[in-house]
Amino acid sequence: MVDLWQGLAQAFWMVVTLDPELVEIAARSLRVTLSALVVASAIALPLAAFLAVRRFRARRLIIALLNALMGLPPVVVGLIVYVLLSRSGPLGVLGLLFTPTAMVIAQVIIIVPLIASIAHQSIRDLWQEYHDLLISMNVTQWQKVRTLLWDARRALLTAALAGFGRAIGEVGAIMIVGGNIDHATRVLTTAIALETGKGEFALALALGFVLIGLAIAVNLSIHWLSRTEQEGRW
Amino acid sequence: MVTQLFPLIVTGAETRRRGKTLVGPVDLQLEGQGITVVIGPNGAGKTTLLRMLHGAARLHAGSIRWACPTEEARHVQAFVFQRPVMLRRTVEENLIYPLRIRGVAKADARAQARDWAERVGLDQMLDRPAPALSGGEQQKLALARALIAKPELIFLDEPCASLDGRATREIEEILHTAAASGTRLILSTHDMGQARRLASDVLFLFKGRVHEAAPAESFFDTPQTPQARGFLRGDILE
Amino acid sequence: MMKTLLLGAALLCAGAAQAADTMKMAVTTSFHNSGLSDVLLPAIQEDLDLEVQLLVVGTGQALKLGRAGDVDAILVHSRAAEEKFLEEGFGTHRTEIMYNDFVFIGPASDPAKIADDASAAEALKDIAEAQAAFVSRGDDSGTHKKELSLWASAEQNVDGFGDWYNAVGAGMGAALNTASGMNAYILSDRASWLNFGNKGDLALLYSGDPVLFNQYAYLPVNPELHGHVKSDLVEKLEGWLVSDRAKELINGYEINGEKLFVFNAE
Repeated sequence: MVDLWQGLAQAFWMVVTLDPELVEIAARSLRVTLSALVVASAIALPLAAFLAVRRFRARRLIIALLNALMGLPPVVVGLIVYVLLSRSGPLGVLGLLFTPTAMVIAQVIIIVPLIASIAHQSIRDLWQEYHDLLISMNVTQWQKVRTLLWDARRALLTAALAGFGRAIGEVGAIMIVGGNIDHATRVLTTAIALETGKGEFALALALGFVLIGLAIAVNLSIHWLSRTEQEGRW
Repeated sequence: MVTQLFPLIVTGAETRRRGKTLVGPVDLQLEGQGITVVIGPNGAGKTTLLRMLHGAARLHAGSIRWACPTEEARHVQAFVFQRPVMLRRTVEENLIYPLRIRGVAKADARAQARDWAERVGLDQMLDRPAPALSGGEQQKLALARALIAKPELIFLDEPCASLDGRATREIEEILHTAAASGTRLILSTHDMGQARRLASDVLFLFKGRVHEAAPAESFFDTPQTPQARGFLRGDILE
Repeated sequence: MMKTLLLGAALLCAGAAQAADTMKMAVTTSFHNSGLSDVLLPAIQEDLDLEVQLLVVGTGQALKLGRAGDVDAILVHSRAAEEKFLEEGFGTHRTEIMYNDFVFIGPASDPAKIADDASAAEALKDIAEAQAAFVSRGDDSGTHKKELSLWASAEQNVDGFGDWYNAVGAGMGAALNTASGMNAYILSDRASWLNFGNKGDLALLYSGDPVLFNQYAYLPVNPELHGHVKSDLVEKLEGWLVSDRAKELINGYEINGEKLFVFNAE
């Protein structure tokens, strides 16, 4: 309990005084995860729309696969990315291991199935609603996908935010592929793991509170930017 | 864009679901003017017939031949559903949509949308989300959205089935105006009053087959088949 | 949409851009937890204009990183494993830098009575006889290997131990956390113990046997196997690590007035 209060107080002070190390780590967390989110969304959302409107042989298999991959342990993703990016691995020449880019890659792999699965469900529902109309309007496949993505955008935003939440709080994979290098690949979650390992619970908790605050702030600002709450009319 | 759709020649057309025939075989010839009203008891297959003619239901046998290639014919048709499908957008954006997918410039599309909104009495609601409109307003919007791309033919599946008297009258007025300006309408209804008010010719459908195809006057005055006579009398047909 | 994508791409690029002179070195958890790296790294940056990026891992993983060529050099403390690493050709040579020592930590009440023992082996025998709770790293790290060799020299068979012996498979800090929670005995390097923030009822009970000394060595990764290794920087760093400047900093490093490391490079 004492640690908890100390953690809260320390978090408060670090935020108020804009502790430079905290700012650096938090900014890196945001940068890595937002990059991963943009890349993952660019992959997952079109994939979800495609799965919703096209009927093809492997469709059910891919959906089942995506659902299963949602539960993939991040540590496993981290290990696979690690082996691939290691100097002695197939992509070693890129020299990406222990860089923020490697962390982005791992996070993308972790959240693509999550975003695609959630997005697929809402796009499929919308497609059922729109199906007859769009067919009768003779729209092209591309127009169909664009219409669905646009009109389902609020649900898709929720899917993306779920991905963000999973990515920013993830530690197992990015610890392995990032290496938790000070001033290079240390982010909030790996710093928390490090401080916990040193027995510095109050500092670890403080970082945890900052992480929670950051996640809430991002959610609120994205909702505010898209004015979801005010426009909750359909 | 001048596309010659009619005459439409339907030969032995049949649509099935799970091996059971829903509609057909249908043999039919339709000419290029007026309002064709499809009537018949519930379950006769009115909706399926419209969808089949429109090309939205799979054809298992026979053929549906327009005077032009089918692909072109699809581009000059619209379909209005019994329960209007509203895009989750504003009224204006719903109206613009069919124009935009045809590549009409945004400013032009907006001007047309305003014009059509005025014609159907929705000009005060352009910025309202379409799904929040009342049933009658939604159907008027659906109608305007169908008409805005200047189709040569519109299918309407019981467009007034769930509307009150006033909304029904407004819809019928829009339909009369559209028909007068040359748009071909094919509409199903189970409202005999509506059929009499709108029809220039009638298709009487029973158990998936067209029992009578006749000009409205002769159909209502001297129906030829016992089923049609019974239906007009108000008998329960089995 | 496009804007967000571009922004994302820009962010990614920014992530790839880094300072000119950087090298990666794998070090052990115990070295990093000692806090000495926080003194040495800024000095290296200042003297050599070289940013050394530390990968803090167990000895096993550090050697593995060196084998794969994912780091430029390693700084570890497990002589047998280091020599095998060199024999297999993964490193060029081994340079001893400094040593610290291992200590026995346990409940302040000392139920196994090890505080007055004459040697490390005797202390371990007492713990095994008392079947007092003991936490082992169990992670194949240098510290873990040291612990196993100590048990062997005390003629104890680890595989035959009962429930009181807990191999947690974790780093030094996490293992100390566990020991603190269980009020158990544990072998720790002195630095990690002094820096540890969650001591609870634990206390330093035994230290001083020469077998507990812990030699740190610097091993450059073989550039003949991994062409991308920054040999010039590795060499520069080695020169600094054996210099008088390093000697002064290492010997002068204290926690709570206690000296932790002894510089012994030649």
